[in-house]
Amino acid sequence: MAATPEEGQQHPLSIYIGIWLLLFVFSAFSYMVDYYQFQGYLRWNLILIFMMLKAGFIVAIFMHMAWERLALITAILLPPLALLVLIGMMSIEGDYTYLSRAEFFGVDEAPVVEHHHASGH
Amino acid sequence: MAQSPGNTAIANDVVTDLVSDWSAEKEVFKVHWGKAMMWIFLLSDTFIFTSFLTGYMKVRISSTVPWPNASEIFALSFGGEPIPLILIAIMTFVLITSSGTMALAVNYGYRKDRMKTAVLLFITAGFGLMFVGMQAFEWTKLIVDEGVRPWGNPFGAAQFGASFFMITGFHGAHVSGGVAYLTYVAIGVLNGRYEKKGYDIVEIAGLYWHFVDLVWVFIFAFFYLW
Repeated sequence: MAATPEEGQQHPLSIYIGIWLLLFVFSAFSYMVDYYQFQGYLRWNLILIFMMLKAGFIVAIFMHMAWERLALITAILLPPLALLVLIGMMSIEGDYTYLSRAEFFGVDEAPVVEHHHASGH
Repeated sequence: MAQSPGNTAIANDVVTDLVSDWSAEKEVFKVHWGKAMMWIFLLSDTFIFTSFLTGYMKVRISSTVPWPNASEIFALSFGGEPIPLILIAIMTFVLITSSGTMALAVNYGYRKDRMKTAVLLFITAGFGLMFVGMQAFEWTKLIVDEGVRPWGNPFGAAQFGASFFMITGFHGAHVSGGVAYLTYVAIGVLNGRYEKKGYDIVEIAGLYWHFVDLVWVFIFAFFYLW
């Protein structure tokens, strides 16, 4: 199945249609998370799981990453890991800002514990 | 390194090494150059969108005012009870459908089936237009009916509007650009513009389109569902 540069990426249509259906199912599931109002860690975990599944299938199959050479895969997929550092730092910084505001200006209605996990509900 | 005597000769060798090292780089990825460039562009776009989403995360964590409930704000009523988040769910399905037709277009492109490729590309662009249309409806509803502004809104944390317009606006601009790009490629396919060059262009345009769908997966999860 490995494609040469001359021929490009060619795979059986059934793979695409199968992934297409899967994406529909995962999207329906993530919508159900909201529709049935799952809350707390269950909600966040379900959202993340369906999100990662959808993202993974889009990149691997639709964008053909599963069939690319390692040189391209590493060049594209490794640099975004640096973003995890940014996300980590900003979440610590966000907590710090929240606590400072709560300390000096008070909190408007929202329970303090909830806000630590960026909950909106 | 340079073995020849004389400063000029050494300098020449160094420059030749430099040039040959960099020009040899084109062999690294062993794919169509346009595909490598598209991937690198998409990598940079990943950083932009992640920065937006991280900024959103930061202001949402920092806010001492409750964050507006997206489930209720984006609910729509079709005559009866409002259905939570229904417009966003439909937009998600429209975008996924367009990703499916795009994947098929790439496949028929490499089979040199020009008619099917062009039709599938037009259908994909059509779904893109449908998505942008629904987004325009959503923005209008929020701005005109609900009074959401980048600096405040009636539902809660003031940063909601700024995050919403920035993130969905930037994504919507990508979809609109993609519609133009796909239409251009589709017309080229119909005219046989790629018969000699090869149909890599369809796959490259497809990478862009799937990326737009990919970004929506993250926006849907973090902005609308979280």
